Amino acid sequence: MKHGRGAFLAGGAAALAIVAGLDGFRAVALAADAALEPDARLATWLVVGRDGIVDAFTGKVEIGMGVITGLTQIVADELDVPISHVRMTQGDTARTPDQGGVGGSTSTQLGANPLRNAAAEARRVLVAAAAERLQVPVDRLAVTDGIVFDTERPTVSVAYGALVDAFATPPKMTASGEGFRQNIVGAAKPKARAAYRLVGKPIARLDVPGKVFGPARFAGDVRVPGMVHARVVRPPSVGARPLAIDEKALSAHGDARVVRVGDLLAVVASREWHAVAGARDLVVRWSAPSTQFPAQADLGAAMWAMPVAQSDKPIERGDVAAASAGATIVEASYVWPFQAHATMGPGCAVADVRPGKVTLWCGVQKPYALREGIADLLAIPQETIRVVFVPDAGSYGRGGFDDVAADAVLLSRAVGKPVRVQWMRSDMTMWGPKAPAIVGRLCGAVAEGKMTTLDLTLRGFNGGEISSHPDSAGNFLAGQLAGHANDKPRVEFSVYGKNSGAYEVAALRASAELVAPLAPMVSPLRTTHMRDPEGPGTTFIVESFVDELAAAAKADPIAFRIAHLKDQRAIDVLTKAGASGDWIAGPAASAGKRTGIVTGRGVAFATRGDSMVATVAHVSVDTRTGAVSVTRLTCAHDCGSIVNPRSLVGTIEANLIQSMSRSLYEEVTFRGGSVTSKDWVTYPVVRTRDLPKRVDVVLVDRPTLPPYGAGEPSSRPTAAAIANAIFDATGSRVRTAPFTKANVLAALRA
Amino acid sequence: MKTVKIIVDGVSQTVSAEDPAMPLLYALRDDLGHTNPRFGCGLAQCGACTVLLDGTPVRSCVLPAIAAEGKHVTTLDGLGTQAHPHPVQAAFVEEQAMQCGYCVNGWIMTGAALVRNGKKPTQEQIREACSSLVCRCGAQLAMIRAIDRAAQGAL
Repeated sequence: MKHGRGAFLAGGAAALAIVAGLDGFRAVALAADAALEPDARLATWLVVGRDGIVDAFTGKVEIGMGVITGLTQIVADELDVPISHVRMTQGDTARTPDQGGVGGSTSTQLGANPLRNAAAEARRVLVAAAAERLQVPVDRLAVTDGIVFDTERPTVSVAYGALVDAFATPPKMTASGEGFRQNIVGAAKPKARAAYRLVGKPIARLDVPGKVFGPARFAGDVRVPGMVHARVVRPPSVGARPLAIDEKALSAHGDARVVRVGDLLAVVASREWHAVAGARDLVVRWSAPSTQFPAQADLGAAMWAMPVAQSDKPIERGDVAAASAGATIVEASYVWPFQAHATMGPGCAVADVRPGKVTLWCGVQKPYALREGIADLLAIPQETIRVVFVPDAGSYGRGGFDDVAADAVLLSRAVGKPVRVQWMRSDMTMWGPKAPAIVGRLCGAVAEGKMTTLDLTLRGFNGGEISSHPDSAGNFLAGQLAGHANDKPRVEFSVYGKNSGAYEVAALRASAELVAPLAPMVSPLRTTHMRDPEGPGTTFIVESFVDELAAAAKADPIAFRIAHLKDQRAIDVLTKAGASGDWIAGPAASAGKRTGIVTGRGVAFATRGDSMVATVAHVSVDTRTGAVSVTRLTCAHDCGSIVNPRSLVGTIEANLIQSMSRSLYEEVTFRGGSVTSKDWVTYPVVRTRDLPKRVDVVLVDRPTLPPYGAGEPSSRPTAAAIANAIFDATGSRVRTAPFTKANVLAALRA
Repeated sequence: MKTVKIIVDGVSQTVSAEDPAMPLLYALRDDLGHTNPRFGCGLAQCGACTVLLDGTPVRSCVLPAIAAEGKHVTTLDGLGTQAHPHPVQAAFVEEQAMQCGYCVNGWIMTGAALVRNGKKPTQEQIREACSSLVCRCGAQLAMIRAIDRAAQGAL
């Protein structure tokens, strides 16, 4: 259970009900269960009102993939109420359970469980109450649109709303687990998939109309009385400290003034433009960078030259030496660059820090963890802090939204007013945390058309240097600027074979190593989770290399992979991606090296958790310029049973395009002690003229399985599928991402 | 104090603009509470801040507010409503054309200009015209389909 929620709810006496004044009535319902842990109380998760409206509370938040719509479908289905009768409250530390926020493509797979069980239990007790009220046996009752009726005499009925006062004591449920695995179980058993009317259907996303017609509000739209605007002034390079500040220019910009908290510098003003112009014009003399980054072009070599800070226990199966004997040996090394979340909205938070009461509005993925971190940063009890999630731009992991929240609380405390901090583009792209660069050295052996060994070492920066769980002061850039060391990093390797699919080979040795951060404090290259933490990089490396082994075996890339897989679901996605992607069987690059404008197709396969994905890419390459055009992508996707095929296709399609963008264009650039990627020119992403002409998503529904994750799996195989297609087209391997003209030309000339 | 008169979504508004460099976006969002033009880059690189100025899409994050003096500014609010949607809005709902939706303002406003006066741009032309817009989530294909759908009058 998590602490402090009760502080915001008043006490009282009984029921499953609320009508108006939700928290007041809900507090009554919660208090009725006072003997239970908060998370074991039904009303923590779900309250049925006298008007029949169902209020559901989730620690999950909508970051742009339709998760809240899917959860609403599940609640409505379990309770047999229309979707329009379900009102979802998300990500508010005063009103919702923790559930670990969102991450790891788990919101539907794990995060739906407590709401599903709570809704099933609510239906069970409501139907039992109806049986008593109507004097009809439970097994003769059915529910449609929140009306319980006698199936033999349908006019004998009672609405849920008329039953809620019957509960002096709400049903007893049992809570278990923490974070993503938090759950609650009652006596009711959730419905079988076949009994669902809404789950599995292509329901329109509930948040779309608000965003198309305008009333939707994002974090940047929050306004509170007495609020002032702030813009942060970031150093030009790693670890640079402000030595002298010349505020003269601010006099031209209204009441703009400098606020300094440690080395966190900001300009604060009543009017937003004054803060923007003041921050732009402020003259600051900075100290030299604390370190020099390695040369951009030599990143891979530099990473291999760095000492190993930490090694994971290798995954070892079989005897590599014995299994390689007499086989054809293939060796290669790969480089995956630093990448930036570069969220569309550069980050905004509003904080109101008062003695004994802090309120923070922002679009972070993990509101409860943020509350812990803010408590540490402000050195106050977390029970006095309320974090309210307000949708922001898609975040794709621990981007900068947690950092802008920390800026806001420090600045609000300093000025004694609510402060809205809106980051500028460079604050996010240049100074947001980064996805770690990863390099790989691989050795494999092929004999008689099969891969006999796979021996690989993946070395990367720590995916958890800035923990995705922002629970300490040093996690935040503002915390580091204010002098807090990053003392709670997590250790996250880029590893193959644990959270990704492993092929059946006679011998496997998979090692993972971390190198130390390039700078321990205030670094624009500090590393963290970015959509599917290690997946896109490691899958690029390993699935490209498996393709090299297939080529060495003169085997068809799909058939070669299938020959090393046992799981029928894995085989099915590869087969379907090939069939729908107009795959022409045969070894890759059978024409050898080719020049001119040449075309090819490639495939890659990945698992993530229990989900499985295969993607086929068709490319065209101009070997004179190195320009790669992805003409077609086909993705076969199995994430167990499907909750909402419509929003699922949208999420997969977007994953494909975003991961294609990362594969072709995205690389954080740096020079000296500075990151030089700061906007959409210096950190380019895909533009519409470069989109594939055709993208097909093939859904593989598995109604007998639970729903698995879909937020990230399809971002995994894209890079390798494209690189393998480039090989098929040109006969050359691109082993350094992204596949820019320069990197492709270098590969063609290698 | 220098002021600027702007007609926003049909309503005449006066905003202070003592700094002639102040972009229109800040007048719209901060002074007038029109939050649908969104701050994405402040550099005219992404289009999230797009509004129509006398019918032409402009980047309000760089266009000075004084350049809108006496002109009609249309924001997403002024384009259509759920009851009476603009064809591009209707198509965005139909295609569920978004992930997070932060950039959607720019795509809808740009799309509205593309199909204005019954113009029927080809898919190719739509892709070219929208290449000045960013969508970080990867929902571009769906948004292109939506604008195409509106262009074809398929609603």
